[in-house]
Amino acid sequence: MRLTCPLCGDRDRREFYYYGAEDYLHRPPEGAPLADWDNYLHLRDNPAGVTKDLWYHEAGCAQWLVVTRNTVTHEISGVELVAERKA
Amino acid sequence: MRYSGLKVIAEGLFGNKGWTPAWRNPSPKSEYDVIIIGGGGHGLATAYYLAKNHGITNVAVLEKGYLGSGNIGRNTTIVRANYFLPGNSEFYSHSLKLWEGLESDLNYNVMHSQRGLINLFHSDGQRDAFVRRGNAMINQGDDAILLDRDGVREHLPYLDFDNTRFPIYGGLLHPRGGSARHDAVAWGYARGADRRGVDLIQNCEVTGIDIEGGVVRGVQTTRGAIRAKKVGIVVAGRSSQVAAMAGMRLPIESHVLQAFVTEGLKPVINHVISFGMGHFYISQSDKGGLVFGGDLDFYASYASRGNLPMVEHVMEAGMTLMPMIGRAKVLRSWGGIMDMSPDGSPVIDKTHVEGLFIDCGWNYGGFKAVPASGWCMAHLMATGEPHEVAAKFRLDRFATGHLLDEEGTGSQHNLH
Repeated sequence: MRLTCPLCGDRDRREFYYYGAEDYLHRPPEGAPLADWDNYLHLRDNPAGVTKDLWYHEAGCAQWLVVTRNTVTHEISGVELVAERKA
Repeated sequence: MRYSGLKVIAEGLFGNKGWTPAWRNPSPKSEYDVIIIGGGGHGLATAYYLAKNHGITNVAVLEKGYLGSGNIGRNTTIVRANYFLPGNSEFYSHSLKLWEGLESDLNYNVMHSQRGLINLFHSDGQRDAFVRRGNAMINQGDDAILLDRDGVREHLPYLDFDNTRFPIYGGLLHPRGGSARHDAVAWGYARGADRRGVDLIQNCEVTGIDIEGGVVRGVQTTRGAIRAKKVGIVVAGRSSQVAAMAGMRLPIESHVLQAFVTEGLKPVINHVISFGMGHFYISQSDKGGLVFGGDLDFYASYASRGNLPMVEHVMEAGMTLMPMIGRAKVLRSWGGIMDMSPDGSPVIDKTHVEGLFIDCGWNYGGFKAVPASGWCMAHLMATGEPHEVAAKFRLDRFATGHLLDEEGTGSQHNLH
């Protein structure tokens, strides 16, 4: 599997660290109910199909990426910078 | 039909014309007392123990493919009880005891072979950790023997003991550990359940779970609606999809775990060997193939096939540990889909829906757990109370913090 980093271009999977589902971008506010934290940390949609998850370009530009990909075919349909999403 | 050595001889003398199918192939009835979704090892074992231990025989097992077509049909077949934490320790100990009586109980040869499991260690610190684990195993009533370097050499003379990075300091021997024939476990439980009246329904995919007023009423399937008083979801590998039919979001992320088999060789490896520092483990099947594997591919996937980086890593680890296997040719590899939970331990519990139960989250250790998982899931579904050896496998333990984190790495999806 290869990912196309927006900054570095097409790179081998070995350069990237997989962190987990996109849920990690939606941190509950302080004081949120316990169920929200459980959702954020543990519970997952875990789809067999298109998903979005977080990868870190560890051996490249050190940017966090949101990758849109298919968990059944491993087809990658989008890679964007977390930094730009938040901006 | 009861199987025996005498029966094999008699059939051999008369052209093997007397064998009958090991189970029926019934059409689904319109209603059952219990439906088990999933005809893999855990689902079939659950049905078997519902019938055998609790006398509940109006049961259907619904399988979308053929029986044993998931991970029970392809895995590295290791059976062991070398866990550390209270909650895991008694469960796997119970499972190993069931394994030891399984063949006579099922009247089926599952080729359970207690050839001994050796976990290698490579530093003083790791030795201390293994002493502690061995003591935990002994406290649980199971067996563990600490081997020094020469002790390991007596068992496994072909290892590279003087490897620069991972010199072998010794190993923890678990003599009752070993392996079994994976398919036969599914077939044995299937036959045992069928003989007690359970309907095993293949090519029957569950497409919906019927819930009225918070109570389960049955399921929708590709072969029509089937009503039931109780439903058990036992579909590790696809747990998130089936649970979503009941409006649940599970603490599960699915990952691929690869394994490999070489061409058949004469007997060379008599034990199950694990090389934790290389994420590598190996045994030799009774057919002669070396069966070995490594770690997850490490990103969520349902692809049922592996990626090259982990193939390379596993081969390198194997060559590091035992250079002799470099001459063997790899025959095939496969990738199984693992239900990975945040703490690396499973779930056997009720759900928020009355009458709906779930058995999932077996990570990469489901095979050895099959007997106890079936035993405890059947107990839970029959009595409504968790079995004492599985009482800590709660679905809500991540929210409450009652984790079963055997590795001590934290409650996070990508750490196990």
